[in-house]
Amino acid sequence: MEKVREILNRYGNSKENLIQVMLELQNISGTNSLPHEWVSFVAETLDMPISKVYGVITFYSMFGTVPRGKYLVEVCKSGPCYVTGSKNILQLLEDKLEIKPGQTTEDGFFTLILSSCFGACDIAPAIKIGEKVYGNLTSEKLSEIVDSYMEGQHNG
Amino acid sequence: MDMVNLTIDGIAVSVPKDTTILEAAKKLNINIPTLCFMKGINEPGSCRVCVVEVEGWRGLQPACVSKVSEGLVVKTATSTVREARKNILELIMANHNRECLSCSRNLKCELQTLCNDNGIDRLPYDKKIDKGCIDTSGPIVRDPNKCVLCGRCVSVCSKQQDVGVIDFAHRGAHTTVTTAYEEGLAGHDCINCGQCIKICPVGALQERDDTAKVWKALENKDLHVVVQTAPAVRVALGEEFGFAPGTNVEGKMVTALRRLGFNKIFDTNFSADLTIIEEGNELIQRIRNGGKLPMITSCSPGWIKYCEHKYHDFLENLSTCKSPQQMFGAIAKSYYPLKADVDPKNMFVVAVMPCTAKKYEADREEMQVDGLKDIDVVITTRELARMIRQAGIQFAELEDGQRDSILGTYTGAGTIFGNTGGVMEAALRTVADELTGKSLDCIEYTQVRGMAGIKEATINIADMEIKVAIASGTGNAGKLLDKIRAGEANYHFIEVMGCEGGCINGGGQPIIKDKSTSEEVKAARIKGLYDIDRACEIRKSHDNPEIQKLYSEYLGEAGGHKSHKLLHTHYIAR
Amino acid sequence: MDKVLSARFGKIKPDSVEEYIEAGGYQGLKKTMSMEHVDAIEEIKKANLFGRGGAAYPTGLKWEQAYAIKKGPKYMVCNADEGEPGTFKDKHILSEDPLELIEGMTIGAYIMGAKEGYIYIRGEYAAIHRIVNSAIENARKAGYLGKNILGTDFEFDLKVVSGAGAYVCGENTALVESIEGKTGRPRQKPPYIKNCGLYQMPTVLNNVETYACIPWILKDGGEKFSSLGTEFSCGTKLMCLSGNVKNRGVYEIPFGMTLRKLIYELGGGITNGRKLKFVHLGGSSGSCFPERLVDTKICYYDLKKAGFSLGSGAVLVVDDSHCVVDYLKTIMEFFEEESCGKCTPCREGNLRMVEILEKLTEGTATMDDFTKMKSLAQTMKTTSFCGLGQSAPVPVITLIKYFEEEFLEHINGVCRTGVCSMSGKAGK
Repeated sequence: MEKVREILNRYGNSKENLIQVMLELQNISGTNSLPHEWVSFVAETLDMPISKVYGVITFYSMFGTVPRGKYLVEVCKSGPCYVTGSKNILQLLEDKLEIKPGQTTEDGFFTLILSSCFGACDIAPAIKIGEKVYGNLTSEKLSEIVDSYMEGQHNG
Repeated sequence: MDMVNLTIDGIAVSVPKDTTILEAAKKLNINIPTLCFMKGINEPGSCRVCVVEVEGWRGLQPACVSKVSEGLVVKTATSTVREARKNILELIMANHNRECLSCSRNLKCELQTLCNDNGIDRLPYDKKIDKGCIDTSGPIVRDPNKCVLCGRCVSVCSKQQDVGVIDFAHRGAHTTVTTAYEEGLAGHDCINCGQCIKICPVGALQERDDTAKVWKALENKDLHVVVQTAPAVRVALGEEFGFAPGTNVEGKMVTALRRLGFNKIFDTNFSADLTIIEEGNELIQRIRNGGKLPMITSCSPGWIKYCEHKYHDFLENLSTCKSPQQMFGAIAKSYYPLKADVDPKNMFVVAVMPCTAKKYEADREEMQVDGLKDIDVVITTRELARMIRQAGIQFAELEDGQRDSILGTYTGAGTIFGNTGGVMEAALRTVADELTGKSLDCIEYTQVRGMAGIKEATINIADMEIKVAIASGTGNAGKLLDKIRAGEANYHFIEVMGCEGGCINGGGQPIIKDKSTSEEVKAARIKGLYDIDRACEIRKSHDNPEIQKLYSEYLGEAGGHKSHKLLHTHYIAR
Repeated sequence: MDKVLSARFGKIKPDSVEEYIEAGGYQGLKKTMSMEHVDAIEEIKKANLFGRGGAAYPTGLKWEQAYAIKKGPKYMVCNADEGEPGTFKDKHILSEDPLELIEGMTIGAYIMGAKEGYIYIRGEYAAIHRIVNSAIENARKAGYLGKNILGTDFEFDLKVVSGAGAYVCGENTALVESIEGKTGRPRQKPPYIKNCGLYQMPTVLNNVETYACIPWILKDGGEKFSSLGTEFSCGTKLMCLSGNVKNRGVYEIPFGMTLRKLIYELGGGITNGRKLKFVHLGGSSGSCFPERLVDTKICYYDLKKAGFSLGSGAVLVVDDSHCVVDYLKTIMEFFEEESCGKCTPCREGNLRMVEILEKLTEGTATMDDFTKMKSLAQTMKTTSFCGLGQSAPVPVITLIKYFEEEFLEHINGVCRTGVCSMSGKAGK
């Protein structure tokens, strides 16, 4: 809980920084999610009802309340990617990772997510793995990208 | 006052500035339908049921939050408005769990009325989003699939009661009103006050129905089933059968209970008198011996749980007295069995309460003596009405019945326990006589009466300036305690009731259909109790002959060993 | 063609104050600090700048009104949520020339007397937050932010606040709620945020691109800015071209260029040898219209006359291999996902739109369903609490307007492009 306290302190233990605090906590969780314990601790420290904090973290798409994969593989399903073939990209990923959207691979590495537009329309169809955006995808390129993550090329 | 002139549906009307279109329309007897709107408590303007056409404005406007302006031309029932309203109600209905026939709010549901009044004749949609299971963890039952997301309960819980155990979660069509992690209320800081139930327009929130337990007990020949009825029940039960709020239907209630098959019909007012003896004694002891002050009343279990969660530093201020409900149970399973020659194990005590938190209170670990629970079942005013209806009893036609002794006599003081300021006044009547050593004639303490959420007064008794405060609604209680924490106020004695206005406004009372009349209903119920008080021959708790007998034949002295065992309790810092 | 906003893209290190100044930066601020506030506002009014986020409110007027408000403290807030699908122009400004945004906000703060500013950047642009933060840090070090800016007693500082994944936070009251750490559920208007915004205080809230225009306007004068473009739409616009077109990307164009020129000349025309079926203009909440209307000029006036809105400047090109019903379903699924859930028409309406569109693609929709869809679209447009719900039905209304036949064909179990499964038809 020390890490949690440190982050809360850095944001002045103030309610208006709740979202910023939660984003940082999720980043250090290792599971791309917010552990229940941490959420309770934040609610207590900020003197907020936990029902309200839960309301905030379930409102925003980026937060997870259950553990997710080390890497979130997000496939855009909005207009610009849709008309340039995001359906195929999704199929390729479902086949490669052997999971459906919303699921996590058994080794806890990847969680496949369908997401809204993240501004990569000029290189559509696009996917986002963690912070990185990949576009102009072909089947080979996609395979290479996924492999590079599995081989640990993006650690750190 | 600045007046504004506008026309609604072609009719001119003049209203003060800052009036909403909704209020202005009401003046013309135009009732624009609403759902999420609850004046002063919940005004999100989100359901969009009340939309109207305003000339020159883009789109349709929500009448509940749109303020009037000079020369406005408003139309409330054009074909555009009617089509929009229909679409919106169909949308709400589509994600609502439509099991009206088996819902406790059948015939008393705002959504039913809206759909009926606005010509909903079919449902054009199929899909239904599952919002989770029904929460039956405690006295308050939540069905998220009936929730229409009006937000009234969220507002009442956080703004009025200062608890905030439920809030909106998720987004879009998955939005739901729930506890953190969608767990049961019982595992969270819910105080069980039930204000959420009363303000819910539909059956998404209900009390746990315990009538089956009562029916079962009544049919069990081995049990001696007795019932106590809280003061606030008798001035509200009638509303379930067409009587005006505040009508004293005690006589009919007793007859109905007799017909249902209870062995004895007693009264919580009796044990309210008992509470005054114990609590009055406790207060005087604390004042005389430098005990913890202010002393705060402890008869409201919603308030107690609120204090246990949020104000640990005031737990020692709480009176150690049990509530009248609980005291009754303890006496009904010790003193009464002796007198009636019944085995205490065969006693079954039912309490009829205006309160949902009383169900929680009855199940508290501390509320038992020698392995016997003080109270076996608590049912609310609404549940009693249900039982009466199920038994086919024509309540309105009943003759008045008589309560039973030895736990059925009460004074005016015991009666006014049901409204804010009543416990204080009852206590003052007894404490004043005790401290002055006289039997005072002036016993109406009007300074502590009234519907204000927080009241303060200084009462001069036997040359002592007794400083008192009264709070109703836990939000107001919190404000009062914050003042004390900040050193801005100090008192000798504080009365706190968990619900605004007191028990007459409890979570178990008949649901007020037209919520805009809430204040009038509350006032009528309170007046009903003061009227009973005035009509009582005996108006001070210590003059109650059955109470005097209880002490002389059994308890001994107030605050004595037996009293402590049966009639006092302790609290838990949660 | 004059490049105004994108003049420095790719030419400077984005967070370097020295390189920014060398390339003409901060001259606008210096000029502003030598002028009267009312004169600075006058330049912006002369420039005839309209808000570039989508609402297109006249910026000069907005700043004039904000200046006149006596209450304080005033806040400068930048909407960098850029959630509208098909829009990625602000991403470029933030990552390639963030200092022009920062300078624009600083100019505004100087005029308004604001001490604090916030740049609300969507959470999905996490990598870009770092660039912007670095630019802010460097500006502070160089004396262009913080206390005693340029040696005067003018003080102003900026903070980057991250979104957490909610398109609705692009709506200005929802954005402000989010900065305050709450859910992004919009507030009732009135009061408007210029009077009662962040922390209930007067707030000037503008899009990234709008702020980015400000330094140019103050540096070269409002008249110069308004000499570009058309009589009604002055200056340049960053257009975002995407979809079935060869050269996707951001294009800075003067107002007045036709969509045809943008799509076929700059954009290189339709990919895979196909034909243009329709353009979806302004993002998913914008209008869809067929090829015969692409000669319309990119100008607020011309577009309005044709019944469209420029919106964010996103131009999504869809070719004739696509089915309008299937496409519309994808669009409405976006709104279903992103609706905040506060008001009935948007929360439930988008869900039911998708339900009806699903039936259409499966061939199980009836005429009643279609009639309901049209009725629902009007109700959503006129009764939704905020712009999201009010605009979500626009693609429905416009696609039905221009492609009604295709919808009717679907009711009869036919999808002319062969995209829709019609899987329910077997039961018919």
